[in-house]
Amino acid sequence: MLTIQTPEAIMFWFLAPLAVIAALGMLLVKKAVHSALLLAWVMITLAIFYIAEDALFLGIVQIVVYTGAVMMLFLFILMLVGVDASDSLTETIPGLRPIAITAALGFGGLLVSLIGRATLGHGAFGLTQANSAGNVQELAKLLFSTYVWPFEVVSALLITAALGAMVLAHHQRTIARPTQREQAIARFRGVSLGSAAGLPNPGVYARHNAVDVPALLPDGSAAPNSISATLKARGDMLDSAQFELGEVDNTVTEEK
Amino acid sequence: MNPYNYLYVAGLLFTIGAVGVVVRRNAIVVFMCVELMLNAANLTLVTFARINGTLDGQVVAFFTMVVAACEVVVGLAIIVTIYRTRRSASIDDASLLKR
Repeated sequence: MLTIQTPEAIMFWFLAPLAVIAALGMLLVKKAVHSALLLAWVMITLAIFYIAEDALFLGIVQIVVYTGAVMMLFLFILMLVGVDASDSLTETIPGLRPIAITAALGFGGLLVSLIGRATLGHGAFGLTQANSAGNVQELAKLLFSTYVWPFEVVSALLITAALGAMVLAHHQRTIARPTQREQAIARFRGVSLGSAAGLPNPGVYARHNAVDVPALLPDGSAAPNSISATLKARGDMLDSAQFELGEVDNTVTEEK
Repeated sequence: MNPYNYLYVAGLLFTIGAVGVVVRRNAIVVFMCVELMLNAANLTLVTFARINGTLDGQVVAFFTMVVAACEVVVGLAIIVTIYRTRRSASIDDASLLKR
């Protein structure tokens, strides 16, 4: 029969409320990145729970696969889509939110009260006997005997998913990529020879050397073609006039 | 404390995830809420494995993790494809079939 030791109880009562609060926070925060971080915290908490529940292998896999791979993928896609794109929390379907919250309260209450009333007809056994040869060894024994068929089906699923992602991410060019020769010809036979030697680098040296500031040409005018077209389209371009040196300041102040 | 307490936590997390799927509009956040629901189900499986004294629940939880990984890969690829064509990751914008 399973008796839960005090350290596990303390761990549970400490981490479980934090996990629930973090999950609630996931719903309430505006930015998707914050949601992702809170979800990572919930997942780490669950990994600790697994380890406490004699599921050592699953605990480690949870950290490696979920907080490692899956959350990294999420953050990667967030970066791709745009971190600043915060979700507007106004509801588009009128009355959706109250209905959702009422339904959730009902569903959650039902779950909790059902768990509270249900009995299995026996107490908790604990995994000391099932884990007698070690958790990983016993899991491997099950996985490669009883569950060997699902295991192989799951491998097929993984390959299918990888192929599907490749097919979805692949995008075909509608026009042929211009060759280096064609690009060189276009540079010299274009409207002006100004870009024949390559475009100027962005940034105003010494004052603001970032890629979002157009370079200043020798005559003091800004060179907008030194900025990446993506930044220009996004409107992430600063005015380089504010970084212009009007007068060189020669005074030296000593810092303490 | 008895091990059923883990089930309560799993139930709460599952409910919160379900609300998130309904309420939030950013497709990626909706996806993360689905992950939360899957995780809650995993916690239930692990807890029942412990209560019943067999490891079958843990094996099934392991399979769930693999399926969740597949789901994330394909789902995020779909989100990126939609974003590429529509420049938006909001699930309300993808309503072309309605009009």
